[in-house]
Amino acid sequence: MAALEILGLAKSYPTGFWRKTLRPALSPLQLTVHEGETFGFLGPNGAGKTTTLKLLMGIIFPTSGSARILGRDFRDPDVKREVGFLPEQPYFYDYLSAPELLDYYARLSGVPEEERRKRIPELLERVGLADAGNKQLRKFSKGMLQRVGLAQAIIHNPRLIFFDEPMSGLDPIGRREVRELIQGLKDEGKTIFLTTHILSDAESLCDRVAIIHNGELRGIGVVEDLTSKSADKTEVAWRGAQALPAVSNLLAEEHVTGDIVRAVVASEQIDALLEKLRQQRAHVISVTPILGTLEDYFVAQTSGQKEVTV
Amino acid sequence: MIARLSAISFNTFREAVRDRVLYNLVFFALLLVAAAPLFGEISIGLEKLILVNVGLSAISIFGIIIAIFIGIGLVSKEIEKKTLYTILSRPVRRWEFIAGKYLGLIMTLVVNAAFMTAGFYLALLVASRGLGKDDAGLLVAIYFIILEFFIVTAITLLFSSFSSPILAAVFAFALFAIGSFAEDLRNFAALATGATKWLATGAAYLVPNFSALNVISQVAHSQSISGRLILLNTVYALLYSLTATIGAILIFERRNLK
Amino acid sequence: MNTRRNTIAIAVLLVAAFTGSVLSLNGVEAARGRQATLEEILYIPSAKALKRMGLGYSGVLADIYWTRAVQYYGQKLATRRPDLRYDLLYPLLDITTDLDPHLIVVYEFGSVFLSQRPPVGAGQPDKAVALLEKGIRNNPDYWRLYFDLGCIQYFDRKDYKAAQEAFEKGSENPKSLIWMKTMAASMAERANDPETALNLWTRLYETASDEMVKQNAVQHIEGLRADHEVLELERRVKMYQQRTGRLPSNWYEMMHEGLLAQVPMDPADKPYKLMPDGTVQVEDPDSIPFLTKGIPPGWKKSTKP
Repeated sequence: MAALEILGLAKSYPTGFWRKTLRPALSPLQLTVHEGETFGFLGPNGAGKTTTLKLLMGIIFPTSGSARILGRDFRDPDVKREVGFLPEQPYFYDYLSAPELLDYYARLSGVPEEERRKRIPELLERVGLADAGNKQLRKFSKGMLQRVGLAQAIIHNPRLIFFDEPMSGLDPIGRREVRELIQGLKDEGKTIFLTTHILSDAESLCDRVAIIHNGELRGIGVVEDLTSKSADKTEVAWRGAQALPAVSNLLAEEHVTGDIVRAVVASEQIDALLEKLRQQRAHVISVTPILGTLEDYFVAQTSGQKEVTV
Repeated sequence: MIARLSAISFNTFREAVRDRVLYNLVFFALLLVAAAPLFGEISIGLEKLILVNVGLSAISIFGIIIAIFIGIGLVSKEIEKKTLYTILSRPVRRWEFIAGKYLGLIMTLVVNAAFMTAGFYLALLVASRGLGKDDAGLLVAIYFIILEFFIVTAITLLFSSFSSPILAAVFAFALFAIGSFAEDLRNFAALATGATKWLATGAAYLVPNFSALNVISQVAHSQSISGRLILLNTVYALLYSLTATIGAILIFERRNLK
Repeated sequence: MNTRRNTIAIAVLLVAAFTGSVLSLNGVEAARGRQATLEEILYIPSAKALKRMGLGYSGVLADIYWTRAVQYYGQKLATRRPDLRYDLLYPLLDITTDLDPHLIVVYEFGSVFLSQRPPVGAGQPDKAVALLEKGIRNNPDYWRLYFDLGCIQYFDRKDYKAAQEAFEKGSENPKSLIWMKTMAASMAERANDPETALNLWTRLYETASDEMVKQNAVQHIEGLRADHEVLELERRVKMYQQRTGRLPSNWYEMMHEGLLAQVPMDPADKPYKLMPDGTVQVEDPDSIPFLTKGIPPGWKKSTKP
């Protein structure tokens, strides 16, 4: 079943002196996330990632379009019993302690008292806040706050969890911990939707990603496919520099060291090159596809090129 | 729904209690009540009268200041600090949020008034060397003061749902001031003619009628308040507060939050 | 969920709640009684305290109390009870002028409606004098207050010496109108004299700025005029009797005899009634409140509105 279906959600803000012109923050977005998937929503700052999340949570209202969460209309408040949300750079009631905060949120999400009593200490342990005791949140460090944020997002055992820039502002240790936590949730079979602009995180955690830029969806697909698609180059190494003149028009770049040539050629030219080299009696040492990174794909998509779907 | 409402209102209460600013106001008010017997030194024989007037007025004014002071931040603080995001991501309806905040602040004000009333009766005890049956009538005045809190909190909530905290405070105070002269407004409307009459009558009903709820002078002179009046004032205060709160909810439900 | 239906339902609920609040407020006001706020006046220890509490906005407070005073008077007068008392009128006017001593219209109002007897006024001329003296203390250049003071002394306290002194004092002000001096003079000679009274009321009408005071003056003038006309008509009836040896049976006979130009009408625009015994009566004494002559014997002041 689809955990999340975004059906043409869009948001425009009236701007200008007379508030007549509409500035689109999000163009109609069409996107599906399957249950159990970890989905990454990538884009530079201001691309529309947080706007999408705010629309889904009901913090702002769409100009058009709708969505379905876990099979129900996204505006149905009760569907949120099974949804968790960690906002970007979150701030919590600083006059509460961590257990008090979790208890409050759990009550609001409809967790019965018995379960609250059991789960809260467990969860605090799991996110590494067992030592915080009854200290008020105003005394927490940034890393501790992020952990509280994670805890409140999952205290009610939701099926679908939204993370907005979960690693932002954390040191490498903090980031590792968060990554491990998210991996743990993934292993439990939860559906995860996270936004980030740190591509390495997306690469390591996500099954599928979408890229959004200036409010428009620019690309969506499985990570490997995207990275391989952006790798359309191959490196060929051979012995036999004399063959070089015959093939140089096919080459993107070349390095000669003695008799060995290392050249980069467009993947579609491989066959033509190998044929030529054979004719020139060059001895092919290796043929290696150059794997692009998600970064290449990302930059390509956000530099104004047209949308590519896989 | 009840679980969520009670969770939000209790949390609002907890927040107010842990907010140190509240203590300053309460302390100051208690100080005033304690000093009241000194005023009696000025005019002999009127000691008790002055104590009652000052004491009840202090409970009323300070309660209203607290109501407005905290009230303007109820919603705006949550939006500014983005704590509202994690609330709305849960099965909490927007109206439950407003209603819960309202009830929480009322709870705070009632508890606060209870403490001040205790202090007040203590001062009364000391001043009169004992309490008489007249002193029970003072509770009616305090009950009416609490009804005033219901109204002030509701109008503060209404104004803060669409304007900045400072403006909301200004509007709420202004409406309180005008409401204190509501009866004069009604009299003026009765005398006026034509368009002025309609405008004045409308204003007289729109503005909360605090003059009816201020029975401090009567109670100070041991005049009793009829049960009928108590009932009608209760109904009025509740319905007016309900109107203002519904207004706040209507605005909040439609608002795109930053 | 944010559906249209929900919003309309909530809006309806809002209107219902507000309507309910309006209805219950009406109930509250009815249960409180009309003067609940006013009676609190009696609890104010002094106007000085009130002024301090006014925090510098005593002008506005003065206006509010003035409005309340007028309201109070008007409401009481409208009940037309013969045993009317205006107990709160003086305190209200006193507080108003303590809050704003330069609100001249209040002194004017007080001079007329505090001093006259019920049901038109409070019947407290001494209090009226006190109020006016306060007014004169605070506004020594306002000579018209002396005029008002003089009227009270003349009409309600019948202290002609004091009345003369008041008019004298007032006339010393170079800005005063010329008739102040003559008024002072006539005080001495004409005690209880209708012509003097008419003069005074006419001057009062001319100088007054408050509508109610003007109206009151008009009523007094009409009363004096009717009194005068009744006496004059009775005198002419006697003349007719002297000439013809009998009493006239109607006005036409007198017109025939050249003693009248037309049917005489009273200030209420009703013809005077010629009685068989030669006296003249007014058709409807209630329409001329300050009538003292020509009232049918045994007539009781009506309490109908």
